[in-house]
Amino acid sequence: MTVSTSTPASTAGSRVAEGLRAYLLIAGMWIRAGMTYRTSFVVTVIGNLLLSGMDFVGILLMFSQVDSLGGWTLPEVAFLYGLSATAFGITDLLLGSSEVLGARIRDGSFDTLLVRPVPVLAQVAADQFPLRRFGRVIQGSLVLGWALFAVDVDWTVPKALLVPVMLVSGALIFGAIFVAGAAFQFLAQDAAQVQNAFTYGGTTMLQYPPTLFGKDLVRGVTFVLPLAFVNWLPASYVLGRPYPLDLPTWVTYMSPLAAGVCCGLAGVVWRAGLRSYRSTGS
Amino acid sequence: MTDALTEGFIELDRVEKVFDVRKKTGFLRRERHQVRAVDSISFTVARGEMVGYIGPNGAGKSTTIKMLTGILTPSGGRLRVAGIDPSRERTRLAHRIGVVFGQRTTLWWDLPLIDSYKLMHRMYRIPDARYRENLDRLVELLDLGALLDVPVRQLSLGQRMRGDIAAALLHDPEVLYLDEPTIGLDVISKARVREFLRELNTERSTTVLLTTHDLSDIEQLCSRVMVIDHGRMMYDGPLTGLHEIGDGERTLVVDLERELPPIEVDAARVVKIDGPRQWLAFPASASAAPLVARIAAEYPLVDLSVREPDIEAVISRMYAEKATS
Repeated sequence: MTVSTSTPASTAGSRVAEGLRAYLLIAGMWIRAGMTYRTSFVVTVIGNLLLSGMDFVGILLMFSQVDSLGGWTLPEVAFLYGLSATAFGITDLLLGSSEVLGARIRDGSFDTLLVRPVPVLAQVAADQFPLRRFGRVIQGSLVLGWALFAVDVDWTVPKALLVPVMLVSGALIFGAIFVAGAAFQFLAQDAAQVQNAFTYGGTTMLQYPPTLFGKDLVRGVTFVLPLAFVNWLPASYVLGRPYPLDLPTWVTYMSPLAAGVCCGLAGVVWRAGLRSYRSTGS
Repeated sequence: MTDALTEGFIELDRVEKVFDVRKKTGFLRRERHQVRAVDSISFTVARGEMVGYIGPNGAGKSTTIKMLTGILTPSGGRLRVAGIDPSRERTRLAHRIGVVFGQRTTLWWDLPLIDSYKLMHRMYRIPDARYRENLDRLVELLDLGALLDVPVRQLSLGQRMRGDIAAALLHDPEVLYLDEPTIGLDVISKARVREFLRELNTERSTTVLLTTHDLSDIEQLCSRVMVIDHGRMMYDGPLTGLHEIGDGERTLVVDLERELPPIEVDAARVVKIDGPRQWLAFPASASAAPLVARIAAEYPLVDLSVREPDIEAVISRMYAEKATS
């Protein structure tokens, strides 16, 4: 029996630090490897930028026919779009590689990650670090930047602060879904598409005003899978738009809390998934 | 900790691994049954030993290795490596063990070999001087110099295996697990890998546990061999003892110039004839050289080869022995 002197909290903290260090090591190596072909890197980033911009072109086309969508103007929808796309883009860049976990379990190469002295999640997420996905982040922030100038809002300090809070909390909420989705692949190795339905599907939904959707769906993404905290709830407040559900104002500021709860749950689910793998094997 | 330094560097005490297998037998109907991949296995390996762990496919070899590395959690029994419970302290143990999976690589597939090593350097926190020294030595011994800048996916199987072995040893592990290290390798690569392992074991006294289903790996490397089948330990002892049990017969395959009646020599008998090719069985304990000399003197010999009894044959004889004794 080994005697551990550290408290559970400090070991959890050091595990996170270890994971981040490993993540940076692995991702750094992939970035350096990717940078050896600079032209090809620039081309793929631009390609990715244009491709992910297509859905915004779709929104622009809609607005060439109508003046408002669910009562929201083009700059307001662009505000939603920019927040959702940027937050999602950051997460997709940092954790998108985890969707191949199921494939790695199936071909057995997942075992090789378990014999290394660093947290497995960091290895899975940093593998093949997809720098090209930076294109989506650029595209999302361009739309957001334009929307910030174009929306008709009396900016106050709390409202201005909500913008970075939404981006960070949003990225964390999406991150929790990515990790939980990856954990689900321990049970069903071909479940990557289920994960995509929530991640890609979620970001697409959040690019449109909540007033377009049925109340049950809005309730679901507010109270069950709290995607509404990525942008819908805080952005409705910033823009002075009524939210389809009657909620007190303080809920607007709860995005960081929702993100924290999601990340905690995702961590628990991940550990359970990994434990089930280690007791059954592939 | 002190006992780990002397005896029992690797200790297994009645270790079991049971898998729950669920099979669909109809709509919504599932049948559950349990498979004992490892069934109450006990053994100890002392520091610096080099042990062969053999058995047919599906015998439980890889499951055992996976439990020893912490990849899998045992269902029962007690297991310690260097005093550490692998499944509970997997990452701590990782610093002290090296693992080579013959069928898959631990290297980063799309990156040059040297990048994997640089990453290992940081990941295992190997001191700079130690890393450089180890890398230089491994590159020289495993002849990797020309391969360092080649992406791993472009390496041949033998080259990749040498690259993998180097990767597993950069952090000076005290024990090296090799799961089928020579599978699919050509004769020259096999010889090179074996020579390297022998040196590693004698010079650095690294403990080596080797699974294989190639008996000649064991013959050339290990003084001790453990045989496992259906998750149970069938034999644990010197290789010579295994030959006595399995004793079989080795087979001399002879190609003659033309079709001839069965060859007549003492100490061997013809078991099969196919055109100019004849199969002769002779005791495994006897030397093949005088037999070959005699045949060559009396018959028009074109080519020949000697076949060792394979593990399946040895094991089936073990069962037979058990049944009669």
